[in-house]
Amino acid sequence: MTAILRRGEIVADDWAVIEDGRTELGTGGGKVIVTLARWRAEREALLAGHTAVGVLVPNTTDIEAVYAEIADRPLIALQFPTFADGRALSQAVVLRKRLSYRGELRAVGDIIRDLVFWLGRCGFESIAPRKDQNLESCRKALDEINVAYQAAADQHTPVWVRRRRALAAVH
Amino acid sequence: MYRYDAIDHALVSQRVEQFRDQTRRYLAGEISDDEFRHLRLRNGLYQQRFAPMLRISVPYGLLESAQLRKMAHVTRKYDKGYAHFTTRQNIQLNWPKLEQVPDLLAELAEVQLHGIQACGNDTRNITSDYLAGVAADEHTDPRPYAELLRQYITLNPEFYWLPRKFKFGFTGAAVDRAATRTNDVAVHLVRRADGAIGYRFFVGGGLGRLPMLGQEMNPFVPESDLLRYACAVLRTFNRFGRRDNIHKARIKIVLREWGIERFRAAIEEEYAKINASVEGDELLLLPEDIESIRGHFTAPAYDPQAEAGADVAGIAARDARFGAWIKRNVRAHKIPGYRVVFVSLKAPDAVPGDCSAEQFEALADISDAYSFGELRSTYDQNLVLADVAERDLYEVWQRLDAVKLATPNIGLVTDIVSCPGLDFCGLANAGSIGVSQDIYRRFDTLDAQYEVGAIRITISGCMNGCGHHSVGHIGILGVDKHGEEWYQVTLGGSAGNDAAIGERIGRALARDEIADGVERLIRGYLALRVDEDETFIECYRRVGMAPFKARLYLNETEAAAA
Repeated sequence: MTAILRRGEIVADDWAVIEDGRTELGTGGGKVIVTLARWRAEREALLAGHTAVGVLVPNTTDIEAVYAEIADRPLIALQFPTFADGRALSQAVVLRKRLSYRGELRAVGDIIRDLVFWLGRCGFESIAPRKDQNLESCRKALDEINVAYQAAADQHTPVWVRRRRALAAVH
Repeated sequence: MYRYDAIDHALVSQRVEQFRDQTRRYLAGEISDDEFRHLRLRNGLYQQRFAPMLRISVPYGLLESAQLRKMAHVTRKYDKGYAHFTTRQNIQLNWPKLEQVPDLLAELAEVQLHGIQACGNDTRNITSDYLAGVAADEHTDPRPYAELLRQYITLNPEFYWLPRKFKFGFTGAAVDRAATRTNDVAVHLVRRADGAIGYRFFVGGGLGRLPMLGQEMNPFVPESDLLRYACAVLRTFNRFGRRDNIHKARIKIVLREWGIERFRAAIEEEYAKINASVEGDELLLLPEDIESIRGHFTAPAYDPQAEAGADVAGIAARDARFGAWIKRNVRAHKIPGYRVVFVSLKAPDAVPGDCSAEQFEALADISDAYSFGELRSTYDQNLVLADVAERDLYEVWQRLDAVKLATPNIGLVTDIVSCPGLDFCGLANAGSIGVSQDIYRRFDTLDAQYEVGAIRITISGCMNGCGHHSVGHIGILGVDKHGEEWYQVTLGGSAGNDAAIGERIGRALARDEIADGVERLIRGYLALRVDEDETFIECYRRVGMAPFKARLYLNETEAAAA
């Protein structure tokens, strides 16, 4: 079983990605991630045969348009075909902040250590780095800058709001 | 100017340590060249021909004396004793060593300078009017708004891996001095008849290949919604910008492929969705938020007696060199008794935009003594002392003159804008510095320059257009033809309120023809103009391309048919 980052910890991955065309069950309790196309085509069979089913959404998909179909999924995986392709960062922020998705949001693909910090801020709860990446180094990357001007899908409060509150506290 | 608080300081110093670790891992072989390229670009480090180039962001062109002294120090310690000012008001070092860059950045961070997002596919440093706060034609100081946007886009994780670079330019004056519509987004502060402040947004500008001017997207976004609208534009770009072809990845291509109606509808739809969500609440700016940033850009303590004791006209009458400088390099200020002083970085035989360590130090001392410790960089690769009392003008001139910073040529034919070109840049196809110097020598005498009057010559060493050749009155683009340097000429470009992309005149000229060709164009203008008041660009717009073309290709019978 491969290891991933989840909420800042290195953990064994309990989900298996099942590529289109393959039929075997996922390992580790039958939690599987399938493509959006397959989810649409085989929804009932997938639910009947597995403990849990997550959905992998291409980074070119209009996440709002398909959200009704995947809103109840326990895991949504977003793709990074290359580490420098940031489309899924916008999908993640929209999922978290506009659509209020509260399930596990996962980053998959060409994920290098120095992308991890940005993923964490955009609301990815779990991150599956590229196989050659050092997981401990990836974990440290999550909080290597602990201040921020703006809020993303994270705990930060925008600086202009913080200034406003500080000003109000003085008066 | 904006001074860092604890958050800014923490962010910049943690960023330096992040890059130090990335550099260490790269040098240890743990990061590939391609991956490290993306990381170093986002810290301002660009691979040039002979060495890395470090671009240092100067938000809206504002510098203070401590930063100038630090620049003098780092150019000596890490470079060859000089640096280069760019058309985006930034500063570039040409010769730092990669291993030393983390230390260099740490030293810059001490004075609130950095290279964060100075290069790479991200939101770049914001440019603005170099006369902000002192120009008589300004209705709203753009700097507080630019600063709020700077904070929103700096290390914004959603927009850190964009399809391509993304630039903002701001103005709040009647005259656009920041070439705003050449940016991906131009923000024009506007005041409605009822006094309400808002933003006129232009989107889709950009030079380089397929130069385009930004198109109006929204004539009035309310003052509270600067960040909301910016978020809508950036998210639209992040989603729909092309990633399959680097030459088609700017937002201007989305605009071109979609057409303005569809493009505007997409941005407006996203803007409406943001406004209706929790994001909209976070991004909403309240009047007190703007007011507290405005507090960083207050006017200096002007001396109400500044007018007294100044005899500028009298001294100018006695000292012709001073008189020439007053005429060309000194402009009106909105406060009586004060003037705006331009510092020319276009001395004879100088590289346009270059500034030596000694000049940085002199400018630090001069700005401390005479201009409240501030200096600004301009779109034309010159500098500005924005608040000089009239009675100090003669001393300021003497001190600038002593370090070759008082060439009286602002806005004239020798005030040539140029990128570093093939002498430094890894992207360039042809040299640009040598061409600028050749043209300079043709018009070296003041009489010749004054006769020609206002004109902008701009030179880029390649299609990327860092020298803004597309918006020069005479634009020159270096191209490579079978290993030789050739130069294409465009006419009629402009970066101001009358912004226009120049038109290509015809076949390219060889390296040994280009200065002659430009001289013929200018002599042609002198013959064609109605009178001395008709500038080059006005004359061109009146008579069109043909008479200039005939003069440029004087010896070619086929020119008329080309």
